[in-house]
Amino acid sequence: MKTIYLDHAATTPVDNKVFLAIESYFSQDYGNPSEPHLWGQKARGAIDQAREKVAEFLGAKPQEIIFTSGATEAINLAHKGLVEAVRKTQNKTPHIITSQVEHKAIMETCKHLEKLGWAKVTYLPVNKDGLVNLQDLEKAIQPETILVSIMYVNNEVGTIQPIKEIGELIKKINASRLSAELPSIYFHTDATQAVSFLPCEVEKLGVDLLSLSGHKIYAPKGVGALYFKKGTSLVRQQDGGGQEYRLRAGTENVPSIVALGKAIELVKNNREQKGKNTERLRKKLIEGVLKIPKVELVGHFKNQAPHIATFLVEGVEGEAMMLLLSDQGVAASSGSACTSGLLQPSHVLLAMGYQPEKAHGSLRFSLGKDNTEEEIEKVIKILPEIVQKLRRMAPKL
Amino acid sequence: MKFSQLYSQKVLEHMRNPRNMGEIKNPDGVATVGNPVCGDIMRLFIKVEKKDNQEYLKDVKFQTLGCGAAIATSSIITTMVKGKLLKEAEKITNQAIAESLGGLPPAKMHCSILAADALKKAIKNYRQTHKR
Repeated sequence: MKTIYLDHAATTPVDNKVFLAIESYFSQDYGNPSEPHLWGQKARGAIDQAREKVAEFLGAKPQEIIFTSGATEAINLAHKGLVEAVRKTQNKTPHIITSQVEHKAIMETCKHLEKLGWAKVTYLPVNKDGLVNLQDLEKAIQPETILVSIMYVNNEVGTIQPIKEIGELIKKINASRLSAELPSIYFHTDATQAVSFLPCEVEKLGVDLLSLSGHKIYAPKGVGALYFKKGTSLVRQQDGGGQEYRLRAGTENVPSIVALGKAIELVKNNREQKGKNTERLRKKLIEGVLKIPKVELVGHFKNQAPHIATFLVEGVEGEAMMLLLSDQGVAASSGSACTSGLLQPSHVLLAMGYQPEKAHGSLRFSLGKDNTEEEIEKVIKILPEIVQKLRRMAPKL
Repeated sequence: MKFSQLYSQKVLEHMRNPRNMGEIKNPDGVATVGNPVCGDIMRLFIKVEKKDNQEYLKDVKFQTLGCGAAIATSSIITTMVKGKLLKEAEKITNQAIAESLGGLPPAKMHCSILAADALKKAIKNYRQTHKR
């Protein structure tokens, strides 16, 4: 059976060029980068190069990039590491502002800090399109606020947050806080879903911290990076050796780091064209899917990532749709309760104001660079049959 | 089960080809369990036949809105109890349902509880509406 993969927001395949670039680092150039011998130096050189590529992509300096095991670790380090550093210098409990639609990596990290009593956290609401409001953000700022953490692109619905505007706002507020002798507010963004398509220059965005992941951009799983602006104090959360500027101990995952460097370099190739293609396929998919009665598209009509299309299908449960699609060789995803292992549907859809009974019927398609028109046509053809089958199965209420 | 978080082949098979799906017109008993807020709703219809002073489940059908496990548990329970004596059928446990599907992931066990509950309530509904 010919398969159609439309779950790129979950993970992507490793690009063949990436695979070729890292092959030699497994059993040929396998040295430990901390060793001064030839083997070690070869590995060190490869890491340095990868760091330069990531730094260049973000418009940052190599000294501002830390490689991690993924975006989750980068996020943990940014939040916990900053709070721990700030707690050393101030007596009052630090305050964090984030949103109700963040990825679990942020949500759970913030909850953990709250539980420890190390931070107070404000979770900003969003509107029906999934956007945070700048006035809400400004109002939430307290004298103890040290961090604002807002994701760039929402992984479930694809809404793009106004990162640049938030960055400008924080810069303005920080200027006035300086004279009031209040601590500076740092700005973190989880850019995991944004790297492939959106501008990520940290200066332009006005961010002090940025997390990203390799496996969403055609590098392998198990590697990510944290950008931290020079001067941002962090306490490392994984103790041990002095790797990664003493901010992340442990022998470097050389092949995966090389892969991340290569993958991020490839992101830049034909970036605009890839974005346009993806946008075109998304539009085709949406037009087709919306022909099914009682289906709505969620997200923002304009501030929307080109690779994510999430639908709410009335009278059908998301996981059931996903399984029947999978049966026909199509990979999609759902924010229904049943896919989370919990009985709660997606916190993102609930925060956007959708009722649980609606949220259970969510179905997310996420496009990648190799998807074709024919594939979209096939999905548009089989999805109505699946929805009809499941609707026929459901009791009339 | 080898992969405790995943569905067995049997669950997927019932999901693809649900047995006894649909409605019984003029059922002798019917029950709806679960609710749309938690994502799973099951409705079970039963037709009862009396033979030699014993009550049998002549027909059982289901309608379900829910995940793969919800569909599979409601499908398999109909096959497990169809033709059985009423007093035997009502003894069926959620564990027995899960086992006959080759096991269920822990997070999905509530679906088997829902299915067992639906049958018990449908039988109760029959008894209440068919008092001797």
